[in-house]
Amino acid sequence: MADEDEDIVLSELDDAELVQQMHDDLYDGLKEEIEEAVNILLERGWAPYDILTQALVEGMRIVGIDFRDGILFVPEVLLSANAMKAGMFILRPLLVETGAPKVGKMVIGTVKGDIHDIGKNLVGMMMEGAGFEVIDLGINNPVENYLDALEEHKPEILGMSALLTTTMPYMKVVVDTMKEKGIRDDYIVMVGGAPLNEEFADAVGADAYCRDAAVTVEMAKELIARRHNQLGSSD
Amino acid sequence: MPDTTLPPRSTRPQRGPDLSEQAQDRTLIIACGALAREIGSVIGRNGLSHLSLRCLPATLHNTPEKIPEAVREAVRAARGNYGRVVVGYADCGTGGLLDKVCAEEGVERIPGPHCYAFYSGNKAFETAGDDDMTSFYLTDFLVRQFDTLVIKSLGLDRHPELRDMYFGNYEKVVYLAQTQNAELDRAAELAAEKLGLAYERRQVGLGDLEHFITEVN
Repeated sequence: MADEDEDIVLSELDDAELVQQMHDDLYDGLKEEIEEAVNILLERGWAPYDILTQALVEGMRIVGIDFRDGILFVPEVLLSANAMKAGMFILRPLLVETGAPKVGKMVIGTVKGDIHDIGKNLVGMMMEGAGFEVIDLGINNPVENYLDALEEHKPEILGMSALLTTTMPYMKVVVDTMKEKGIRDDYIVMVGGAPLNEEFADAVGADAYCRDAAVTVEMAKELIARRHNQLGSSD
Repeated sequence: MPDTTLPPRSTRPQRGPDLSEQAQDRTLIIACGALAREIGSVIGRNGLSHLSLRCLPATLHNTPEKIPEAVREAVRAARGNYGRVVVGYADCGTGGLLDKVCAEEGVERIPGPHCYAFYSGNKAFETAGDDDMTSFYLTDFLVRQFDTLVIKSLGLDRHPELRDMYFGNYEKVVYLAQTQNAELDRAAELAAEKLGLAYERRQVGLGDLEHFITEVN
């Protein structure tokens, strides 16, 4: 009988086993193992996009489900995210070179007065993994930062994040300014953060409230598809 | 077999049962466990014998979305025994949902977004605005429970490498002291050290909390 504690040699696993192992290693937040496995798959001729979607994104999807269901908690998710980030770091330049498909573009940032970025960073990473180009404005963003970034990058989606009850109302300032400038309907506005809820998102005039990173990705895809359909039907 | 299906929850404030005169004169404060010691001291110091205190676990702050319903349940459970119920919670990261529950149940809560806001005085806290944006606040309670509620609950005991992901954007720990206590001062300073942040102590006392409690009928 095999010793259960015996070290797994990643390079000895076949492709399917290795991808499965990567899901487990992401779940356990094993950064170095993920880096090693990404390099092994690249050496075996895997396309960077396939490694990203089948190994990393799928692994994080499982992490997301168990976080939502209360099986995993924030520290574990952060370790998983760190591991995924390490894998993405290797893949990012290769994805650019190989012209991986782009689903859309998102400008994202934490609102003025707020320095919290854990949720925002997770969303940014998952969106990138799902094929979105993500322009991250960082923390403490006044409305001007958002408007300048929209003008410069012309994304489909604007994402705003806040952790504090005292800062979340600033999202309305941004949306109202967009309305004043007549550009509100040019973008999909998505909001998220621990104290937010559906009702609040409606009240500030956002298109969607995103409970977590996985929901954000699904909703972003859906809203972009809906938008394309609307544009198509108005031709 | 009896039908155990519950009817849809009404949002109408529930009218309590007829109470004895003695019960009508009594008020229950349903508060966060993080305020137990402080509210208890205000009640004791001011001889507010008509006030009773029931605390919910302070750990609810780790899942603020559960606070509103926990408060609602406690309010409803208290109706038969108290003439009045008030809530010793700030918004506490519920994003307005606690206010909604309070309105539905017809109870008042202490104003303010967080306990560190009403301890500082809500007006002063609002005025400070962005100046304190990079401050991580501790209160007497949080200093006492720092290792449990901050270090352990964020997993920093098991994964200290996560510290900068949580606190990298903060610059200092601000200890909003309710009391004068050299031991707590030292513990607060040590907490700042553990987080790799600068340290500042502010003696704020109970701020708006004292007024709220003493004004409860």
